[in-house]
Amino acid sequence: MNREEIDRTILSIIEPFNKKGVQITDSTTFAGDLEFDSLTVMDFVAEIEDSFDIIISMNQQAEIENYGQLVDAVNKLQGE
Amino acid sequence: MSDTATPELTIERDLFSKFDEIIAVRENLLSSGVTDPFSLVMEKVLSPTRAICNGRDTILLGTYNYMGMTFDPDVIQAGKDALDQFGAGTTGSRVLNGTYQGHRECEQALREFYAMDHAMVFSTGYQANLGIISTIAGKDDYIILDIDSHASIWDGCALGNAQVVPFKHNDIEAMEKRLKRVPEGAGKLVILEGVYSMLGDVAPLKEMVRVAKEHGAMVLVDEAHSMGFIGEHGRGVAEAQGVIDDVDFIIGTFSKSVGTVGGFCVSNHPKFEIMRLVCRPYVFTASLPPSVVATAATSIRKLMHGADKRAHLWENSRRLHGGLTALGFTLGTSEPQSAIVAVIMPDLERGAGMWEALLHEGLYVNLARPPATPANMTLLRCSLCAEHSAEQVETILGMFERAGKAVGII
Repeated sequence: MNREEIDRTILSIIEPFNKKGVQITDSTTFAGDLEFDSLTVMDFVAEIEDSFDIIISMNQQAEIENYGQLVDAVNKLQGE
Repeated sequence: MSDTATPELTIERDLFSKFDEIIAVRENLLSSGVTDPFSLVMEKVLSPTRAICNGRDTILLGTYNYMGMTFDPDVIQAGKDALDQFGAGTTGSRVLNGTYQGHRECEQALREFYAMDHAMVFSTGYQANLGIISTIAGKDDYIILDIDSHASIWDGCALGNAQVVPFKHNDIEAMEKRLKRVPEGAGKLVILEGVYSMLGDVAPLKEMVRVAKEHGAMVLVDEAHSMGFIGEHGRGVAEAQGVIDDVDFIIGTFSKSVGTVGGFCVSNHPKFEIMRLVCRPYVFTASLPPSVVATAATSIRKLMHGADKRAHLWENSRRLHGGLTALGFTLGTSEPQSAIVAVIMPDLERGAGMWEALLHEGLYVNLARPPATPANMTLLRCSLCAEHSAEQVETILGMFERAGKAVGII
């Protein structure tokens, strides 16, 4: 999957979690803009992991604050 | 800077500002006039099941004193003798001047209790998890753990450098998927608990330990809330489900069924003893006082012969669970799985109201709330004791009925 396809897949995964219908850009933050709490983060990360068959460890999650960083991280993890 | 700045402005932000939200929630709760659930003082303790709280004779249903060992005469005598013979404290680390004969005897009692080769006693159960987890899982290793793990497990992960991968609570498939994705050759540690203390539910260890072993992982099980009570010899859920021989490390505590304070790890790993030199939370802290290890060793040996008490504790758990269900309360598990019966409250306000109403009835339970609880639940956590009489359990049910109706929960 290239970056564009990864982007589309994550956008579709994020939709049910985006309760307020926030416009998603690369700089959209999960904690701030999307107001994800720790439980939401866990469910969301589990869906991303299962969709791409990857592990995003909590250590890696700590480095991911916004949408663009997530797409980059998935892109990189998938290539490994 | 202007010299007319108000004092409010100068203290507006400092390192404590991050706690403002918690302070506000707490002030809001207390302003409703409810008794502070987190500053109860027991003025006198009459027995494992009764204390004087705020001048009132109160039944204790929120301690971890599952086997009622705190007032066992043999246990108390062992502590008194050790105080007389060895003094009040060791003033030193286990690896320097802090290992007395009593520490060795306590570790011997644990080896016999679990029928395992090695036992290592820590100063608390929290430190046992902190020490073992942070030491054995290093950089580039993977820790796969249940998302509802106890704070001491999470803190053990945070203290180490391993990659930390949580999975959905008690979900065997979610655990297996993550194990499969761990890079080839990386070390793997699966961390599970026998009984999860918030809801009192038990892990499907039989399947989980099998899956973990199939994927080449080492397995650590925290049996803090099952020791002395679950399994034929009281060794815990891993024993009850027949997988104890496949568990690499069992973590436990003296502050629950054993009735004092302290923590431990037991293992059959041939190199286990090296942990005494490399595990920082074991090395860089003072060892337990001689009286504490003496009471622990005596209690552990008595727990080996506790079958009758175990049977009575199960009776209590079944009766309380069934009675509360019949009254219309929502419980954390649909059937009794341990000595913990968690009553789910609709919200923190009514949970605190119910907690206070029970206290006025003369019953102490634990009020548990986020972030300690799963799914942001507010819980009234009841933990039973083998010393609760059948009559006390009936009294407790009557108290729950009156308080539940007064607060409008049932």
